[in-house]
Parts: sequence; structure tokens; C-alpha cells
Amino acid sequence: MSQSSVTRSTLLKDLRMEWRSKDAINSMLFFSLLVVVIFSFAFNPTAEESRQIAGGLIWVAFLFAAVVALNQTWARELRNQVLDAYRVSPAPPNALFLAKALGNFLFVVILETLMAPLFVVFYQLRSVGPVWQLVVVALLGTWALVVNGTFFAALSIRTRSREIMLPLILFPISIPALLAMVDSTTTILTGDGTPSFWLKMLVVYDVVFTLVCLLLFETVLNAE
Amino acid sequence: MTGNDSSADQPVIVLQNLVKFFGRFAALRDITDSFAPGRLYVVVGDNGAGKSTLLRVVAGLMQPSQGSMTLLGSQNVRDVAHRIGYMGHAPLLYDELDGMENLRYFAGLYGLSHDAVCRQAIQEVGLDPELERRVGQYSQGMRQRLSLARAVLHNPELMLLDEPFSNVDVHSARDMATVLGRVRDQGKTIFVVTHQAPLMEPVADEFVHMAAGQIVARETMRRPAEAAR
Repeated sequence: MSQSSVTRSTLLKDLRMEWRSKDAINSMLFFSLLVVVIFSFAFNPTAEESRQIAGGLIWVAFLFAAVVALNQTWARELRNQVLDAYRVSPAPPNALFLAKALGNFLFVVILETLMAPLFVVFYQLRSVGPVWQLVVVALLGTWALVVNGTFFAALSIRTRSREIMLPLILFPISIPALLAMVDSTTTILTGDGTPSFWLKMLVVYDVVFTLVCLLLFETVLNAE
Repeated sequence: MTGNDSSADQPVIVLQNLVKFFGRFAALRDITDSFAPGRLYVVVGDNGAGKSTLLRVVAGLMQPSQGSMTLLGSQNVRDVAHRIGYMGHAPLLYDELDGMENLRYFAGLYGLSHDAVCRQAIQEVGLDPELERRVGQYSQGMRQRLSLARAVLHNPELMLLDEPFSNVDVHSARDMATVLGRVRDQGKTIFVVTHQAPLMEPVADEFVHMAAGQIVARETMRRPAEAAR
């Protein structure tokens, strides 16, 4: 069996299970909605102030919401010890990792698509820079969050308090990506300069961490 | 060495001074033994004797702390993973999927893409492939049967079954034991860890007794078919 076919079948299986249970997407949506509403009441910013702070608000909201989904990533594999069935099979370990990361990427992108109009309405956001650049930042930034999140969620599945362990490991290592996401978003929204440096940094971050995660995943999967 | 080098006479499993520690506790203590192909072994012993640990080490789910192991002619379990079937304590099935969806997914992990294989495996354990109920709504007996179907669907040469009859009624357990006997008759090697040894007596070839992390006795059974010969 090829890596791509196992990745595809595992991804489709996860999407089908999420479609039926809606565990991850519902909790992510509810969480982000709360953040948007609470922050808008707490700050009540003008349009100009919104452009300055929206980058930070948006990405912190998505980061916290993504953690909710990431914690669910391996929960289904631990129930009934299904992960053991994968481990004893000849299927490549990286196919499982890629499927999980792609699944989380899809879930967070769906969340971002649904939440973006709400951010625009609640914070009166109008982008001065080109909107397509925001889409690029969103895609690169989301991958940066989910690739590490999926990996560290796998790393923490054998720990007792894995819900707490995941953000403790994930947040510090996500700081460079978060910085790039926030600064490039603010740059595009305010139109002050170009985000090219931050975009390049996000690309490098994505490539490096994807490779490192792929190299180490088999060890993490088979750790006792 | 690849798994294909193993001939019919070679032992399926060779264990050399196998030791497994959990912290300072030795779950397996210096096990050296070998097991012939085409036989049904029933592993029995008290709780904590090391039965499940032995099975998990052989399946490649745990690394031995010391010693070595040759499985189907290979020292690397991953090289022969496609020739091994494993059924764990838990059902190893997704509650949110129905029986066929579960088997289709696991068949894909072994490079099998035909529904016919899954249907045959489900029918072999006495379940209905058309049943659209999700596994989460199955009875314990149905889960165990489906779990057995998952373990045999890629037609493995070596099957490692950990407590396949737990929470299963006596009638269903007898049916499952009969299925295992049929699979063994096709030349497969089967290891069954169980506390319900009497259920396996009609089909077992050998009882392997474990105590305190060691194999303390092996008792060959004389089945009716052999006795008649």
C-alpha cells in the first residue's frame, strides 16, 4: 500500500467521523465565537484601532480554538485502542501523521472561513492592503499551527493530563510562527509596508517543522 | 532476512532470552522457546503472569528490554507485519463507523481494496455485512466477532489473539473457537490468550502455561481427529 492511499483513506475516515460527531468543529466554533464577542465588548475599538490589534486578536483566537481540535485528534485513536491496530499494520506511520495534520488543517480553515465575516462585522475591519495576501498568511499560518499541534498532541497522548500538556509544549514553539502571522496580518490590514519578510519566515517555519515532524513521528508513535 | 525465507518446517516464533521490564518490575523473565507453524496455542496463566505482555512484544507493540525474537523468519516485526493478525484486549474498532466501514479502512492499511474481502471476513465470524448500525451500538459479543474479522481479513499466517472471548456469551465464544479451529486447519498459526481455557480444549493443539513472567509448562493436546488416525 502506498503512503498516499493510506493518507487519503485515513483522512476520509477522519472527515466521515467528524461529520457524524462534529466534536471538533462545534467546540472550535463555540470557543472562537466567545472570543470574538467578549473581546469586542471588552475593547470596543474604532476602525483604525481594530486594524492595529486585529492581527493579534484573530490569531490568538484561532490558536486557542485550534488547540481544542488538536486535543481531539488522537482521542478517537485512543478509544478502543484503535491506534494499536494501525501500529501492527504495515501501513507507513507518516501516512497517519499527514492525514491527521491535513484533517486538522481542513477543520481550522473551515473555522477561519466561518469566523472571518464575524471579525469584519464586530471589529469594523477593512483591509488597506490586498486581501489575497491575508489568504496566503491564513493558509501558511494555519499549517504552522496544525503541523506542530498534531505532532505534539501525539507526543502527549501517553501523558496523564494531555489537555494541559499540549498547550504547554505547543505555545512556546509556535511563538516565531505566531509573531510572523500577527505582524504580517497587521501589515496587510494597515497597509504599512509589505509582509514579504514575515511570509518568507512562515514558509521556512512550515518547511522545517513539517520535515522535523515527519522524521520524528515514527519514534513518537512507537514510544512506550 | 525477509519473512519469505521461512519454510513450512521452520518455527514461526523463536524467542531468545526475552525479558521485559516495566520500571523495576520484570513482566517477562528470560523466555527462551520456539513455536511450530500450523498449530493453535492457548496461552493460560493467572493475572499478571505476562501473557498479554508476551503477545504485545511478539506483535511489535512493545520492545523487549533484553533478548531477541525471530518472527516468521525475520528479526524485524515490521518486515512481516502484513503476515500477522492481532486482536487486542480492547476491540480496536471505531465506534463511529459501521462494521463494513471499519473493515474497509483496516483492509486499506494492508493494501486490500475489495469489498468482497471485508464481506467474507464479516460473514466468517457470523455477522451481517449489510448491518448499517455503528459499532458503538453493537453488543460486546458482536464487537469481539468484528474484531476477530478485522484480525483475519488480510489472511495472516500468524494470529495473536488477546482475550478474544472476554464479555462474550458462551454460545458466541464456542462459535468463535470453532472459527479459530477452521482457520488453524487452513495452516495458520494461532496464539490465544484466555482465561476460558475449557472453551478452547476441543480445538487447541497445545496449552502454554505461564507464571511470573515465564513459560512454566507446555502441554500438547490430542485432538479427536488425531486420535482417530
